[in-house]
Amino acid sequence: MLQANPLVQIDPRAVRAEIGKDRLLTMYRKMLLIRRFEERAELAYKSKLIAGFLHLYIGQEAVATGFFDHLDCSRDATLTSYRCHAQALLAGEDPKPLMAELFGKSTGNVRGKGGSMHFFSKKGNMLGGHGIVGGQIPVGTGAAFSAKYKGTGGVSVTFLGDGASPQGTFHESLNMASLWKLPAIYVIENNKYGMGTACTRAVSVENIAAAKASGYGMKSFTFDGLDLFSSWKVAQEVVAIARLGEPVLVEAKTYRYRGHSVSDPATYRTKEELEHYKTLDPIERIKLSLIDAGWLTEAGAEEIEEQIIGRIREALEFAAESPEPPLSDLYTHVYA
Amino acid sequence: MSAPLAYPLKPRREIDSQTEPINGHKGIDLGDGMQLVSVRMAICQALFEEMTRDETIYIMGEEVAQYNGAYKVTKGLLDHFGAKRVIDSPITESGFTGLAVGAAMTGLRPVIEFMSWNFSFVAFDQIISNASKMNYMTGGMFPIPLVMRGPSGAGPRVSSQHSHAVEALFSHFPGLIVVSPSTPYDAKGLMKTALRQNNPVCFLENELVYNLQQEIPTAEYLVPFGKADLKREGTDCTIVAISRCVQWALEAADELAKIGISCEVLDPRTIKPLDIESIAASVRKTNRCVVVEECYRTGGVGAEIAAQLMELCFDDLDAPVGRVTTTENPMPYAANLEHETLPKPHRIIAAVKTACYR
Repeated sequence: MLQANPLVQIDPRAVRAEIGKDRLLTMYRKMLLIRRFEERAELAYKSKLIAGFLHLYIGQEAVATGFFDHLDCSRDATLTSYRCHAQALLAGEDPKPLMAELFGKSTGNVRGKGGSMHFFSKKGNMLGGHGIVGGQIPVGTGAAFSAKYKGTGGVSVTFLGDGASPQGTFHESLNMASLWKLPAIYVIENNKYGMGTACTRAVSVENIAAAKASGYGMKSFTFDGLDLFSSWKVAQEVVAIARLGEPVLVEAKTYRYRGHSVSDPATYRTKEELEHYKTLDPIERIKLSLIDAGWLTEAGAEEIEEQIIGRIREALEFAAESPEPPLSDLYTHVYA
Repeated sequence: MSAPLAYPLKPRREIDSQTEPINGHKGIDLGDGMQLVSVRMAICQALFEEMTRDETIYIMGEEVAQYNGAYKVTKGLLDHFGAKRVIDSPITESGFTGLAVGAAMTGLRPVIEFMSWNFSFVAFDQIISNASKMNYMTGGMFPIPLVMRGPSGAGPRVSSQHSHAVEALFSHFPGLIVVSPSTPYDAKGLMKTALRQNNPVCFLENELVYNLQQEIPTAEYLVPFGKADLKREGTDCTIVAISRCVQWALEAADELAKIGISCEVLDPRTIKPLDIESIAASVRKTNRCVVVEECYRTGGVGAEIAAQLMELCFDDLDAPVGRVTTTENPMPYAANLEHETLPKPHRIIAAVKTACYR
C-alpha cells in the first residue's frame, strides 16, 4: 500500500526496475510522440493551418502515460477535458487522423466535426475530448456504471483539471461513484491554473483530492505529476482498487509549459516559475533515467527522436493533403 | 396520417379504481384483443415490454424504484426487474444525466426520469452539450440511445418554478428528438419506438393526462416519430394541439361545433421531427390554422409552425395563423391567474373565431 498523502513517495530506481526496460522505453516513446505531435501542431496553428482552440498538454505527459500503461483499452474507458490530444494517442489513435482533425479535414478523427477539443477513439474506448469544464466527469462515471452493469471487469479513468473541481458535476459524480461502488478513477491534473486563474484563487483547499475524497468516503492519492514513476506506481495501485469495485480520487501535481491555449501568453505567471518547472521536464527525466540504467544511449535517443519526427511529418503531410469534408457532410450524423 | 380516430378517447368504460389496478404495466383486458389503460399505465407497459426484450435498458431517477415513481409511472418495475435495472438516484440531475450519456456511449440504453422536466434545467449542459452533440461531434462514432422522460407542463397550482412546458426549448437543438404524447395509444407506441432507436429523446409526459384512459390493442404496436395524428376531423379550421392541449382543443371543438364551426384537431405527437406535411395538408383543406401549446409565445412551437405554414401554403391561408400559448409571465399561484395563463378552451375558441372572422 502506498503512503497516500500528502504526496506519494516512491523509490525511482525500484519503480524503474519494476517497470522494466521494454515497458519504460515504450512509455518514453509515447510521451515523446505526444510532445512532438503538439509542438508541431502549435507551429501549424501559428501558420494558420489549424484554427479555433488548441489546448496543449506539454509538460503533463507523464500523468496520462503512467495511467494508460495499466489500462486495457478494450474494456477500460478513458476521457478527459478539451486538453485531449495525449489521451487519444495513448488510446491507440494514429497521429494521421488526429492531425487531419486539427486541420479540419474529412480524414480527421471525427471527420472534421470536432477539432482539437473533441478527439475520440471507438476501438480504444476513449470517450472524448469534452469542451465544457467538468462536463465529462459524470460521463466517465457512466462508463464505470456500464462496466459494472455488464460485468466486464473494466474501469473508467476520468481526467479533469483543477479548474473543474469546483463544478457540481465533480461532486455529484464522486457521490454517485462512492454510493454505488463504481469502478471509477478520477484524476485531477492540477497544473496550477484554471485558464488564467491560479488554483489558489479558485479552490479553497491546497490538496484537492485529499480534502474532497474523505467527504465522499473515497480513497485518495496525491503525487508528483511531473514524475512518470510516481504516476505509474499510483496508477498501478488505483487501477487495482477500482477493479475490485471501489472508486478512487487522484491528484497529480503537474504543470503546463504553454498557456491555457495557444492564444494565451500566460502573463499571469513568472518566468522564474516556468523555468523552474522546465528543469523538471517529465520526458527529459525519463530519458536520463533510461540512460542511467543503460537501457538507452544518446544515439538510441536520437534514433527514437527521428522516428517520431518522421511519424509527425507524415501526419502533417497526410493532414495537408487530405480533402476538406464535402458540404453534404453538414447534415450527416445530426441523428444516428 | 395513421389510423384516424381508430381508438376513440371515450372508452366504453372507465377503470374502477376500487377494484381494478390504476397503475402498473397491466392493462384491464376487455377481450377482442383490446385493453383499457391510462397514459400512466401505457408508458409503464411500454417500459415493461421493452425492458423484457432488451437487457441493456435500465431506469434511473429520483424515486423511480422503491417509491414506484413520484407519479407512479414506474410502478412495479423494481419488483419485476430488480435493483440492478431500476435505480433510485440521489437528487443529482446533472449527475445521473451525464452518467446516462456515458452509459449510452458504452453499450447501454438508459431511461432516466426527471421527476419533472423543470428539474432537467439542472442537467441542461449534459442534455445539450453532451447528449445532443455526441453523435455529430464524434462523426457518428458514439450515438446516444437515451430516453429522458417525465412530466412537462403546468401541474395544478404549483406556480412558477414547476410549470414549464419544454417542447420549444428542446426542439431548438439539432440532435434531440422531442416527443409529446397526448393519449395512451400514442404514449405507448412512441415510448416503444424511443427505446428502439439510437438518439437522445426528450419524452415529455404531462401530469394532467396521466389518468386519461383509452382502449388500446393488447398486441404489440409501435408509433413512428414524425407522424401527426388526426384527433378530430373537420372542415373550417385546423387546430394543431400538443400534449394536454389536445384535450382542451377537443373541448373547444365541441363548443365551436355548436355555433357551426367545424374544427379539425391534429396532434403532431413529435415536435422534432415535426410532421409539417400533414399539418399543411390539413390547412390546405381548411384554409385556417390555430396552434395550441403550453410553451411561451416567443419562439414557441406555434411560431415555428406558423413560419413553416407560411413557407408551404401561404396562398392557402385565409387568415393569419393563430397562436394560443401560455401567456408571457411566470406561472402565478392564484387560481384565477393560473387559469388565464394557460391555453384553455375559452382562449382557443376565441382564437378560432378570430381565424374564421366570426
